[in-house]
Amino acid sequence: MLQLQAPLLKGSVRGEQLELVAAGEWTARRARDLEPLIDQVGRDGRPVRSVVIDMGGVERFDTFGAWLLERLMRAWKAEGCRTELVNLSDTYQVLMEEVRHTNLTSAPAPGRESAFVATLELTGRTMVAAGRDLLRIVQMLGEVSAAVMRVARRPRTLRFTSVIYQLERVGWRAVPIMLLITFLVGSILAQQGLFNFRRFGAEVYVVDLIGILVLRELGVLIVAIMVAGRSGSSYTAELGSMRMREEIDALRTMGLDPTEILVLPRIMALVIAVPLLAFLGSMAAIYGGALVAWAYGGINPDIFLSRLKEAIDLDTFEVGMIKAPFMALIIGVVACVEGYAVQGSAESLGRHTTASVVKSIFLIIVLDGFFAVFFAAVGM
Amino acid sequence: MLAPAHEVAIRVRDLVVGFGDATILDQLSLDVFRGEVLGFVGGSGMGKSVLTRTIVGLVPKRGGTIEVFGVDLDKAGAEARRATERRWGILFQQGALFSSLTVRQNVQFPMREYLQVSDRLLEEIAMAKLEMVGLRPDVRDKIPSELSGGMIKRVALARALALDPEIVFLDEPTSGLDPIGAAEFDDLIRTLQRTLGLTVFMVTHDLDSLHTICDRIAVLADRKVIAAGPMATMLASDHPWLKAYFRGKRARGAGLTQERG
Repeated sequence: MLQLQAPLLKGSVRGEQLELVAAGEWTARRARDLEPLIDQVGRDGRPVRSVVIDMGGVERFDTFGAWLLERLMRAWKAEGCRTELVNLSDTYQVLMEEVRHTNLTSAPAPGRESAFVATLELTGRTMVAAGRDLLRIVQMLGEVSAAVMRVARRPRTLRFTSVIYQLERVGWRAVPIMLLITFLVGSILAQQGLFNFRRFGAEVYVVDLIGILVLRELGVLIVAIMVAGRSGSSYTAELGSMRMREEIDALRTMGLDPTEILVLPRIMALVIAVPLLAFLGSMAAIYGGALVAWAYGGINPDIFLSRLKEAIDLDTFEVGMIKAPFMALIIGVVACVEGYAVQGSAESLGRHTTASVVKSIFLIIVLDGFFAVFFAAVGM
Repeated sequence: MLAPAHEVAIRVRDLVVGFGDATILDQLSLDVFRGEVLGFVGGSGMGKSVLTRTIVGLVPKRGGTIEVFGVDLDKAGAEARRATERRWGILFQQGALFSSLTVRQNVQFPMREYLQVSDRLLEEIAMAKLEMVGLRPDVRDKIPSELSGGMIKRVALARALALDPEIVFLDEPTSGLDPIGAAEFDDLIRTLQRTLGLTVFMVTHDLDSLHTICDRIAVLADRKVIAAGPMATMLASDHPWLKAYFRGKRARGAGLTQERG
């Protein structure tokens, strides 16, 4: 069966009639050899009025063969020739008949436009998409606020179990990794500080560096970025796949508000967990810094602590902590917006999960910038 | 069609399949003849899909042999195995279309992987297949999540037929379709089976499909094929499960029993 002949198509012109003789295997696996034959045969410029195709020698024939034959016949017909098919076995007639009805409407050619127009279009689309994103974030904030109001009026409608469960996932289970990362960042900061301050003999200022930098900026920033990557992405993926499977629609048809049931507990958990994690993270970073300062710079813990007391005040600590819940809110809202925006495909889920992390980290840093300006203005 | 009568396309002998402690199929034997439509029935959770998935190699077996076109798939080398795999197409129950590809790309996918043909031919063949399964040309650029259940089944069928296979496995092709859609789909399978000379292995619960398009029916119960033959054999049987299945209330609704009267 595998010894079937390669497809053949031979043409001879007799008067104004082109006679084609086909043989061999006209199937999918031979389509590659067959297609050039179809396109070339009999195209030597001699005038032809009619075409007769003898299919008697064809051993196997499938949709690919049938379509190529049909294409051949259509090409000749388009040139005003009469075409005739002879000796095609009855079993293949049915298939030929079926194929004759396909591809009657030609596909619209994809429009080509200049690179310049394409760039302009892309820029426009990106801007519109960015605008819509902002709008959706504001809308989600509004929905969440409305849900908070409703819950505040009737506290019993709060999904307390759900909040606790989310709190465990995004807060408690995140503690080890957050401690580890911030501890390392604090140590590295101290090592770099010591190394550079040593040249001026100002090693002890490394305590100021660590204390202010960690408490004001780094502690909360690193924790927020970690949470965006760790919990924001999972929120998006969860809500997204629930949307794909119509679970969110199911909730809505039961007269329940998905924002209240799915979004609110998640965002509440984040708003509670991120400040706690930021506090723990800051402490771990200072601890790491103190260890390195002791081991590497010879600043013993007593000196470190007393120096730290002079370097920072309550304001420094507050500046960092005030930012934490706002960053948590951004992570939660962006994650839920992106989750809701997931369409039917697996690719869409992946795209929105990435977008969720990228956008929330970007917005966290923008927000941090605004806070820096604000705190400078109020003198904190 | 060209083959002599009763040439065996799929031969299953003493097949044993199980998961953990549970044995799903025990010493099961079954023949599928070339050019026939075989309906495969059995209760839910009895292992119908497991058999299909075992034949196509998605589920490992514990014992027995499976031959497709006389090739024992366990003993065949990678090359021979792939050659055999190209000779079958599978319609999964939920369609299993690639969700991030358009309808046209879904149908072209197997062709693109296996055949080195021009883009023009790919395009034309994909359209021809889509039209043969009864879809209008304007669905080609939709993505699967924009399609209705019936359309998904049709696109999945077009994809299963992409390489002009000789055997198609259909896993509950009419489930989830309305009666009119199901009847149309039955007709479509029958038409394509005749046109393309297919061997069809169809897992189904649809008594109408069994009645109208299946040449033979095989019944799975007690981890074995307990009966195989045309509808008349099924109706004549005294096995309690067969009686309940083919002569129950729903069967009467499908007009099966009057025929015997």
